[in-house]
Amino acid sequence: MVTNVTNFGRSGLSDWLLQRFSAVVLGLYSVFIVGYMVTSFDGSYAEWSAFFEGTFVRVFTFLSILSIAAHAWIGLWTISTDYIKPTGIRFVFQTVCNLALFTYVVWGVQVLWGA
Amino acid sequence: MLVVSVYRYNPEKDSAPFMQEFRVDTKGADLMVLDVLHLVKEQDNTFAYRRSCREGVCGSDGMNMNGKNGLACITPLSEVVTEGKLVIRPLPGLPVIRDLVVDMSLFYKQYERIKPYLLNDTPAPAIERLQAPEDRDKLDGLYECILCACCSTSCPSFWWNPDKFVGPSGLLQAYRFLVDSRDTQTRERLAELDDPFSVFRCRGIMNCVSVCPKGLNPTKAIGHIRDMLVRNAT
Repeated sequence: MVTNVTNFGRSGLSDWLLQRFSAVVLGLYSVFIVGYMVTSFDGSYAEWSAFFEGTFVRVFTFLSILSIAAHAWIGLWTISTDYIKPTGIRFVFQTVCNLALFTYVVWGVQVLWGA
Repeated sequence: MLVVSVYRYNPEKDSAPFMQEFRVDTKGADLMVLDVLHLVKEQDNTFAYRRSCREGVCGSDGMNMNGKNGLACITPLSEVVTEGKLVIRPLPGLPVIRDLVVDMSLFYKQYERIKPYLLNDTPAPAIERLQAPEDRDKLDGLYECILCACCSTSCPSFWWNPDKFVGPSGLLQAYRFLVDSRDTQTRERLAELDDPFSVFRCRGIMNCVSVCPKGLNPTKAIGHIRDMLVRNAT
């Protein structure tokens, strides 16, 4: 057993499953959004804003934002442990990535439910 | 005349590795690469490589031939030579001791880690532990591995983390003991593998399957290990 403290879910299996689950969510969300834009979006701000008033759209969007954050954390952590060997630089890289992802999540909440 | 370019490095004499060219007369025969290496050694007896059984059983002469890992003794020239040139390098990713001889300590360390022997905590029977033919069949495609390291040294995940990722060869053997009906330590074995490196560093690019000289499929075994981990933990 190789020990780790900086990966997403402590266990290799949970990271792996979450990576797959979040990929499916992102795939479905892409189809959903592109489908909406192709079929019923008229290009106006009012229409776009009204679309995101719906609870379902907000929840699905927020789930996708969380999926992006988890997916990117696991993926970038993996890349950093493959290619960045000096511990200090790797830790800084992981910290910057995680702070950016955290910011995106908070910002996403603000956009979806803010005034 | 076949042009053979071989990797040379003697750390006691050379400041850096270099490629050396030899011209070998194969007399038009489709020799095995190992035979060609003998002809090279006749020209320069300081050239070092490993070999033993010369028939694909011992796994000593794994090397990189024109960019692809394999056993020199069972690889005919017609399979690897392009444009009359053969380029021979040591197995990638492992420290070179001299010429084509690599230090396989990390590879063996990963093999040792998966406990490649039966663990059974029930009392030993008077005769051997019996196994149903269907259970024995599950070991086919797993037990044949000869530990030549062609697969693990063609795997980028093993190159970057040879101390943490078990590698295709070790994982094939891990599954061989996980699936054995006579082994009682399945849960403990799985718990040892549930971290982000040991199994999950495999990205499924299947270099291991492409190079295995015995035609085995480590990627499939790794998939089975993942399935067992999921079933064990959800």
